Amino acid sequence: MFIGHFTERPYQDPDSGYFGATGLPIKDLSVSNEIYDPILGSALYNRYLDEKVYAEEMGFDGLMLNEHHSTPFCMGGAMNVEASILARITKKAKIVLLGNILPIWDDPLWLVEQLAMIDMISKGRLVSGWVRGTGRESVSHNAPPAYNWERFQEAHDFIIKAWTEPGPFRWEGKHYQYRYVNPWMRPYQKPHPQIMLPGVVSRDSIVWAAKQRIPYIMLATQLEPTRQSFQVYHDTAKEEGYEAGSQNFGYLWKVHVDETEELAEEVARKFVQGPSNPFLAGNEGTANPALLKLPGLTSRRRVLPTANVATANRGGQLSRSFEEQVEDYTIISGTPKTVIPKIRHVLEYLRPGSVFFWDGDGAMTHDDQMRSLRLMGEEVIPAVREIADELELRSPFEVSPKTGEPIGEISEEAAVPTGD
Amino acid sequence: MAVSEASFKESRLEVAGATIQMRTAGEGSPLLILHGELGFPGWMSYHETLSTSRKVYAPSHPGYDESKGIDWMMQVRDLAGWYLEALDDMGLDEIDLVGFSFGGWLAAEMAVMDPSKFRKLALVAPTGVKPEEGEIYDIFLNLAPDYLREAIHDSSSCAEFDLICPEEPSPEMLELWEIAREQSCKLGWKPYMYSLGLKHLLHRLKNLSTLIVWGGNDKIVPIDAGRIYQESIPGSTMQVMENVGHRPEIEKPGEFVKIITTFLDSK
Repeated sequence: MFIGHFTERPYQDPDSGYFGATGLPIKDLSVSNEIYDPILGSALYNRYLDEKVYAEEMGFDGLMLNEHHSTPFCMGGAMNVEASILARITKKAKIVLLGNILPIWDDPLWLVEQLAMIDMISKGRLVSGWVRGTGRESVSHNAPPAYNWERFQEAHDFIIKAWTEPGPFRWEGKHYQYRYVNPWMRPYQKPHPQIMLPGVVSRDSIVWAAKQRIPYIMLATQLEPTRQSFQVYHDTAKEEGYEAGSQNFGYLWKVHVDETEELAEEVARKFVQGPSNPFLAGNEGTANPALLKLPGLTSRRRVLPTANVATANRGGQLSRSFEEQVEDYTIISGTPKTVIPKIRHVLEYLRPGSVFFWDGDGAMTHDDQMRSLRLMGEEVIPAVREIADELELRSPFEVSPKTGEPIGEISEEAAVPTGD
Repeated sequence: MAVSEASFKESRLEVAGATIQMRTAGEGSPLLILHGELGFPGWMSYHETLSTSRKVYAPSHPGYDESKGIDWMMQVRDLAGWYLEALDDMGLDEIDLVGFSFGGWLAAEMAVMDPSKFRKLALVAPTGVKPEEGEIYDIFLNLAPDYLREAIHDSSSCAEFDLICPEEPSPEMLELWEIAREQSCKLGWKPYMYSLGLKHLLHRLKNLSTLIVWGGNDKIVPIDAGRIYQESIPGSTMQVMENVGHRPEIEKPGEFVKIITTFLDSK
């Protein structure tokens, strides 16, 4: 089992009017950055980095980062900058990027270079996820949404080649052209860092991941549609002639642990009290229908079962209350004693080899997050490892998703072959 | 459809290595009508009236409506080059060419590539050049019905507005809009709806009789783009229709057709 920590790193401005239990909902791409306070931003960036360092100390295997653009709900507009810092200031945990938004990069050679540098500085701790990005990403970086899927696939192929084949070589593709590909850096891990693919909606993406034997990470969806969507991966794997296992699947959802049940509930309610987050059920803000309909961004037909129950800003219908989410396990909060059996239920239901606890988000304070991280480290993580062992849930770092074979122990000197 | 469907003939036309939807009506010299960024709007009264005195060709561009897309087309100039080959295959010459909005940009690109192919050129609120004042309305950041409402100056007095933008569009219409937006996105996302080079190539139209038509209340393509077209095409004239938005052919079809036929019939 691989256990990661995640927060969107919200821009928490109590004076903004859109923050707290009575904060106004935000319509996506409608807040001007004239209200941005860099002093506050500075404090928050440092806080979120501190929390990642503490998460490592408390025994998390993975420090997950993500990236969104032009929005207060996620400060990770240049996620690789945060990852670079973590590469130097942490020691053991993997730095899990879920992920770089491939289609918005006009020059993916920068990604080849940046990620190889992060992998070397971290001594082989990079996990490099890709995403296709949502409407705001395409709009912010002016990447043509109608070519999103083509650019994603070509950028992936290009990056893998640049990481694995000696240069110089030429790349004359449909969307990317280079006459001299010879980056003066190579990934520390061989053949290259593990790729992961997080998602929610696109059937094309999960089929692609299954064909490439890349672990698919489902993001904060309800359990039954998630299981159905994982079945698409299983079915594709069968067609490709292999059996997918827990190493091929990951699941991210909201988990907060606290000292008492009362405090846990009080703090968990803060999940839905930060700046509106289109992906955070219960606080999605006001949908921007034009962003959802950005032409060609995802197939209008080939969608997953999870799409129908995705948050409204993912194209789904539901805006579920805090209570409903507690009811259906998409928010788990409580003391370690009450949280652990609920996590067991999720693990039994979905059988993921990687899990990411989404915590410290919304209106939660630094202290809220630190208490939860401490209790996770002291009680929850050890218990989850035991459950995972009992259920034989193996991570992609224990069993290769590429071959289905066990992977040996990692030594610092010789990074183990991983990757797709 | 604005008028009886029997008045025009619809067919699948195999030209220049592609299969496209084509509508034709009338007899006489050829008039090619190029639709805008949302695809063929339906057979409207302006099609019908124009076909009483000439042969109207109203295709759906590759990638729009039921015309299959062509993978290598990544810019409007690609589409323009393809169209010239299609016109060769159709055996057409001495063509009168009318283009609306994005179709006007396409028409300008085609004419610049081969002015000798055309007898007259009418550009109706074309995109394609970068206005110095104002910005071209972003159709990709707005839903199709919102865009259409913005495109009409006064929809309450516009008889055909409900045909291009019904209160409750059918699922088929919604799908056709999305197909069109996707193809327009492939061709016009960046730079958004203009080519930096076109302005400098428009001088090629010095011997082609060219009319530019603009609505005085166009909120989609700033009228300053019309000025640039007019100043860049030697001998061209520009006609501004008052109290009209971006779709003069829909808002005031009678007045619009009169302007076009007067231009086409002139020496």
